[in-house]
Amino acid sequence: MILVKGLVKRFGDFTAVDNISFEVAHGEIFAFLGPNGAGKTTTIKMLTTLLPPTSGTLEIDGLNPADEQHEVRKRFGIVFQDPSLDQEMTAWENMQLHAVLYHVPAKLRRERAEQLLRMFELWERRDDLVKKFSGGMKRRLEIARAFLHTPKILFLDEPTLGLDPQSRNQLWTHVKDLNRSEGVTVFLTTHYMDEADRVAHRLAVIDHGKIVATGSPAELKNQTGKESLEDAFLSLTGTAIREESAGSADQMRQVAKIWRR
Amino acid sequence: MEAIYILWLRELKRYSRSRSQIVASLGQPLLYLLVLGFGLGPVFQKAGGGSYLQFMAPGVIGMTVLFSSVFSGIALMWDRQLGFLKETLVAPVPRLEIVIGRTFGAATVAVIQGLLVTTVCLIAGFRPVSISGVPLGLLFLALIAIVFAGLGTTIGSSLQDMQGFPLVMNFLVLPIFFLSGALFPLDHLPRALSVVTSGDPLSYGVDGLRAALIGRSHFGPIADLLVLGAFAVTLLCVGAWRFSKIEI
Repeated sequence: MILVKGLVKRFGDFTAVDNISFEVAHGEIFAFLGPNGAGKTTTIKMLTTLLPPTSGTLEIDGLNPADEQHEVRKRFGIVFQDPSLDQEMTAWENMQLHAVLYHVPAKLRRERAEQLLRMFELWERRDDLVKKFSGGMKRRLEIARAFLHTPKILFLDEPTLGLDPQSRNQLWTHVKDLNRSEGVTVFLTTHYMDEADRVAHRLAVIDHGKIVATGSPAELKNQTGKESLEDAFLSLTGTAIREESAGSADQMRQVAKIWRR
Repeated sequence: MEAIYILWLRELKRYSRSRSQIVASLGQPLLYLLVLGFGLGPVFQKAGGGSYLQFMAPGVIGMTVLFSSVFSGIALMWDRQLGFLKETLVAPVPRLEIVIGRTFGAATVAVIQGLLVTTVCLIAGFRPVSISGVPLGLLFLALIAIVFAGLGTTIGSSLQDMQGFPLVMNFLVLPIFFLSGALFPLDHLPRALSVVTSGDPLSYGVDGLRAALIGRSHFGPIADLLVLGAFAVTLLCVGAWRFSKIEI
């Protein structure tokens, strides 16, 4: 379903993604792990047509994201690291807008939106403005929205960031259910190793733009001789803390909070 | 096509929900109308210019449309920083359709805002000289809205964050307003000022509104239409081009 071969992305002198290769099979839940700044989001951007690679081969369902943008975009759903809902609109309006943008046939729009909102326990709140939702509800809505156009692949970029254990647990239960019932392939990143261990069939660890390990959670634990995936991850990527500066988007969100928009 | 419609509709919905903003945005034009209209009115009359309120109302309407459409366009930057823009940019829809939907949404909101202020002007005592000029007035209203929604999209696509906003406000939007002849007649201006005002798109917008509503014009309505039309096409293209360059 996803094929990556010798993928490289450079920004000036800096190599963000350095010759990585991996495959994700149809219907698989694949976790892409790595410390901050390891190249996870850059890789997702290239897979989702948002960034052209410097070199290497990419295939999504047999198509090249750089050449066949629209065809590829119809095939995946994405939940970004940062929220991407319209806060000034209702949950229902957010769903309907997405349905139109993704060419969901008019007949199916209401039915599918209702089914997903019910599933993610948002149906009762469908007519409320999204800005009144809790963090967990917003995340659920984003995932429900990403499923609206029945994608073949779902990209989840740190979907559980900042959620409480209950919300995280519920969210993964839904994702696993949909993976089983609709056969959707899931490509996820997370910093919570227990989640990756519990949810993912297979995973890859990326550090400094290079893939340092791939396999099932059990294989990685065996390979490193550790009890938990967290320890295995630390032994693969070291314990040094990665510094990242706040981007303009982070600063803006602070301003936005003050402005209450 | 449906994508254009839904994004256009989104702008209208957001507008109709921001009641306090609608009321707030009427404050400034009202202030200009009342303070300047009635304050400077006697002086204007003595100088032989006729009723200042009659003269200034089209200027205040033009100002409202200018601010409203530029700000709606700049709201693009909020959508970008708060994340919603990504949702539209990763969808299987050409960016051109997205930028068209957004820009015309912003322009429509500005036209509504302009009509609201027109109503306020009518209440304050403004009277168009003839009903037959009203359709032409509407056309100018729409053209002003499109020109500056295009400008707003251009700015909103180019600004990275809120830091640049005061710069845009003080060195672009306010000069466009003050140098447009919204508040003073364009006849007999000093040479330098006359050159600057004739490069300002709003000059032609306000002049067109005056031609249509009070039968008084500096450039002539045909010239107003042609120049505004050219500005509209240019700014829409530049806006679409800047929008196509946004990286997320």
